[in-house]
Amino acid sequence: MKKVQGTVVIKADSCKGCAFCVEFCPTGALHLSDSYNAKGYRIPELIDETKCTGCGLCGLFCPDFAIHGFIIKKVA
Amino acid sequence: MHEQQTATAEVPEVKNPVESLLRMDRMPHIWCPGCGIGTTVNCFARALEQSKVDLDKTAIVSGIGCTGRVAGYLNLDSFHTTHGRAIPFATGLKLANPDLKIVVYSGDGDLFAIGGNHFIHAARRNVDMTVICVNNLIYGMTGGQVAPTTPVTAKGTTYPYGSYDPPFNLPFLADSSGAVYVARWTVYHVHHVTKAIKEAILHRGFSFVEIISPCPTLYSRRNRLGDGLDQMKFYQENSEIRHGANTKDVDIDFQKKIIVGKFVERERKTYRQLMNEHLTSVFGEQYTKYEG
Ligand SMILES: Cc1ncc(C[n+]2csc(CCOP(=O)(O)OP(=O)(O)O)c2C)c(N)n1
Ligand code: SF4
Ligand code: SF4
Ligand code: SF4
Ligand SMILES: [Mg+2]
Repeated sequence: MKKVQGTVVIKADSCKGCAFCVEFCPTGALHLSDSYNAKGYRIPELIDETKCTGCGLCGLFCPDFAIHGFIIKKVA
Repeated sequence: MHEQQTATAEVPEVKNPVESLLRMDRMPHIWCPGCGIGTTVNCFARALEQSKVDLDKTAIVSGIGCTGRVAGYLNLDSFHTTHGRAIPFATGLKLANPDLKIVVYSGDGDLFAIGGNHFIHAARRNVDMTVICVNNLIYGMTGGQVAPTTPVTAKGTTYPYGSYDPPFNLPFLADSSGAVYVARWTVYHVHHVTKAIKEAILHRGFSFVEIISPCPTLYSRRNRLGDGLDQMKFYQENSEIRHGANTKDVDIDFQKKIIVGKFVERERKTYRQLMNEHLTSVFGEQYTKYEG
């Protein structure tokens, strides 16, 4: 079976640190990082980019339109 | 300020699919951290895309409230009406422009307190529109007053010891008033919400989608239910999917199981069909059917 590799784009300035993306990522690829944005919210980051399948669910959940995921390549 | 972060810098950036439907110059929006309204907008954007409706012939109408803000954030023909009057405004819009797709997007207080009468009559007459209600069980924008949807014993500023007013069961109200499509989901059910909105938009007649949504700032905090994420986990653990359930049985009790699903899908003649048929039967050839 072909696996896919995905990634996310995060707009740190729009994030409000709700952690919906972290909680509902099906592969557990995200966590809240130790960095804060200008408004003081903790922003998410990929823990391990090989875990991200680019399924896009984080973007569907994010109420602040601050993250979205997509496929970057197929891995044999 | 943070730069945009990408895991792999060389990859061409794929845009967030919601962005083409948003007025990006108005972002970030005013909704609180963990508020569910923004998530419903993601679902709505995908539903519009999947339904392939002509966006130049789609209009969004909101009333007043935190949810009412949706109209102002969408990059579509949108109208932010006065409190409670989204449906009558939308009815006029539809009558004057029958080929428009009309979506009313508003809160539970707006649609079912001040606007409740308009809701039942638009459903009764089967005016061809879709009503999306973000039901956070409270008046969000004005500071957490009890709404006609607030569960008994839940606290609001107007009921500091808990509400004792029996709330409306919105799917039952919609069903018994004559809506042709009725579904309820929570913000946790992002794929189902997307599908329901798509189906509702494509179903001719008065369609209704209720989306139970966290209001962490007012409803959750006053009721000590944690933040938005806690409410989302509650929905995940306490929702039961029951398609075709009798809408009489889908009441919402405070922090109890939430019955979700597609409850009603039927055909009825729309307001305009009934008008044309009736007036043709009265006036025969003399009557020119109203097509807009
Ligand atoms: C005629 C009139 N009465 C009262 C108000 C005050 N008001 C603004 S929004 C609102 C209720 C909003 O509740 P809801 O529709 O549930 O929206 P939410 O903020 O929860 O999304 C009220 C009572 C008003 N703007 N206009
Ligand atoms: S795209 Fe999917 S797998 Fe990747 S971080 Fe987002 S939710 Fe997780
Ligand atoms: S869902 Fe959005 S706002 Fe919430 S933590 Fe993730 S990126 Fe930030
Ligand atoms: S008050 Fe409640 S409904 Fe309004 S934006 Fe804040 S969390 Fe959302
Ligand atoms: Mg409300």
